[in-house]
Amino acid sequence: MSAPAHKPPLSEVIAPGHTLTSVSEKITKIVLTRATPRGWYIGFGIAFLLVMVLLVSITKLLVSGIGVWGVNVPVGWGLAIINFVWWIGIGHAGTLISAILLLFRQQWRTSINRFAEAMTLFAVACAGIFPLLHVGRPWLAYWLVPYPNTMSLWPQFRSPLLWDVFAVSTYATVSALFWYVGLIPDLAALRDRAKSKPWKILYGIGAMGWRGAARHWERYETAYLLLAGLATPLVISVHTVVSLDFAVSVIPGWHATIFPPYFVAGAIYSGFAMVLTLAIPLRKIYGLQDFITLHHLQNMAKIVLATGMIVVYGYTMEAFFAWYSANPYEQAMLANRAFGYYGWTYWCLLGCNALTPQFLWFKKVRSNVVALFVIALIVNVGMWLERFVIVVTSLSHDYLPSSWDTYTPTKWDWGLYVGTFGLFLALLFLFIRFLPMISIFEMRTLVPSGVAEAAEKDEEHA
Amino acid sequence: MAQIFHPSFNTLSKVSIFGAVFFLGAAVFAWDSLLRSSYNTQVDVAREQPVPFSHKHHVQGLGLDCRFCHTSVEESAFAGIPPTKTCMGCHSLVWKDAPILEPVRESYRSDRPIEWTRVHDLPDFAYFDHSIHVAKGIGCTTCHGQVNEMPLMWRTETLNMDWCLACHRNPSANVRPRERVFDVDWDPASLTDEERAGLAAQYHLKSMLNCSTCHR
Repeated sequence: MSAPAHKPPLSEVIAPGHTLTSVSEKITKIVLTRATPRGWYIGFGIAFLLVMVLLVSITKLLVSGIGVWGVNVPVGWGLAIINFVWWIGIGHAGTLISAILLLFRQQWRTSINRFAEAMTLFAVACAGIFPLLHVGRPWLAYWLVPYPNTMSLWPQFRSPLLWDVFAVSTYATVSALFWYVGLIPDLAALRDRAKSKPWKILYGIGAMGWRGAARHWERYETAYLLLAGLATPLVISVHTVVSLDFAVSVIPGWHATIFPPYFVAGAIYSGFAMVLTLAIPLRKIYGLQDFITLHHLQNMAKIVLATGMIVVYGYTMEAFFAWYSANPYEQAMLANRAFGYYGWTYWCLLGCNALTPQFLWFKKVRSNVVALFVIALIVNVGMWLERFVIVVTSLSHDYLPSSWDTYTPTKWDWGLYVGTFGLFLALLFLFIRFLPMISIFEMRTLVPSGVAEAAEKDEEHA
Repeated sequence: MAQIFHPSFNTLSKVSIFGAVFFLGAAVFAWDSLLRSSYNTQVDVAREQPVPFSHKHHVQGLGLDCRFCHTSVEESAFAGIPPTKTCMGCHSLVWKDAPILEPVRESYRSDRPIEWTRVHDLPDFAYFDHSIHVAKGIGCTTCHGQVNEMPLMWRTETLNMDWCLACHRNPSANVRPRERVFDVDWDPASLTDEERAGLAAQYHLKSMLNCSTCHR
């Protein structure tokens, strides 16, 4: 039962003793059971209530107009843009895990890729709400799309805000395709194991006639690799374009060439923190410690640490540029950021994003599940604060002192933000209940081959 | 294992996947065609009026100048709809008992204006000024068509934004000498490109493409 020499010991990515059947059983059981756990109802209920908060906030906004938010001149980009960047960033871990780690043949991606991809989709859905509402008249948002019309209206292709439209819509499309294509063999497994006719039909439609034939597998592998190739540049490009929303404009604190790499690192940083935030309770509640092992958590913690250090490098360089350039405006911007009206957010941000991940240098912390969970939560808060510092502090002090002003989010700003948590969690709860949160067939490839052969006669379906 | 789906579902699923693409494309095309059709733009659709006033009779037949009725076209944003008094100036003497003109007389007696159906009506968010167009050598027929041949009024242009912009991008294509602005028999082909360019320079015609030119 020992693993081949060229692979990492499999016990690290799947607990010993599992057979092909036990893997399928354990994962499909969560979905196919008729007894929905009581905790699921409670969790979904809370998420559902928050979705109602979201709907009320959106309705209030549409009925009364954008004035219900705290945004005004000069801070025209408030919580909506902060939340957009934050949610989009979170999605990046899913794409990185599913695409880049696949191409690098990292076996430990296997048990976390499915729900990380789902997390990406749901985060992008939450993110998309904000710019859509921020345009003020969302029913005219389709004007952002270049299409033949009687108005001779054509989008401004020189604007990064338009690049955003394409970056985010491409991202959402490719992520959805990638997630769905990955699901097809598992949907077929669910179809074959489902007891009731309606579920057989529903999963059957999703499985698109998958029979597990060799030709199916061959095409599937090709398609999956091609999609991974398509998704890989998106990990870099999407948040680069988001950062250009800021960097292309000439606001002090925004107009910096370091923004694209620093935003991408921040995105992956926050994304992995969110995967940890979700994975730790999930593996505990559903007893999946065999599949999402400490090895997975430690690897993710290392990525959090590495990307966190890149982000810290970004903060350091911003301060260094201000000093080294001897540019009084840059220095004034930094002084305002650290000691101005919003100075406390900058120091909280440094505490969350620069200080907290340093604990991950210690193996003891990395293998302590509770500590990891707490650190991941703090990083999530820190990355939100980072966007707050960038958006609000910079806008509140632009070049004209006469137009300086502060920004305070209203309850409708917060309602919308809290509401998207509801949407995110509600979608996640539905996903966990009705789809396999771990890729069954990919987990089965991790079962050591000796066990696989011994158990082969138990198998009916591939 | 029992079959869940009938074999015909193979065809059905393929048709629905590819069909959806064509269906969406066709739906977009149909919607766009509808927006550009005369059903939406009212181009070439003669409109009912409370009194069947004929521009053809009054302009081509009698030779009235546009400004005889549309008095403010040279000074104001609005060309002006003539008051009933203008009608009665002639029709208290000519056709004074014609039954077809009874709404005009009734309006004159009761001092309530006739409610004409407006044919060229821009939305309120578009700012339009007749006087500047006339002053820059853009003739009536350029936008309103051969009004002298219309028994009842209709649109010859869509008044869509792309139609406005087509001229605002290249105004010299439609310029004519100022003294011919109200000439309904003006032939656009009577000027060479050089002559048009000369007029455009003389009248300081510029390509006005700012949003705020029309959306103020």
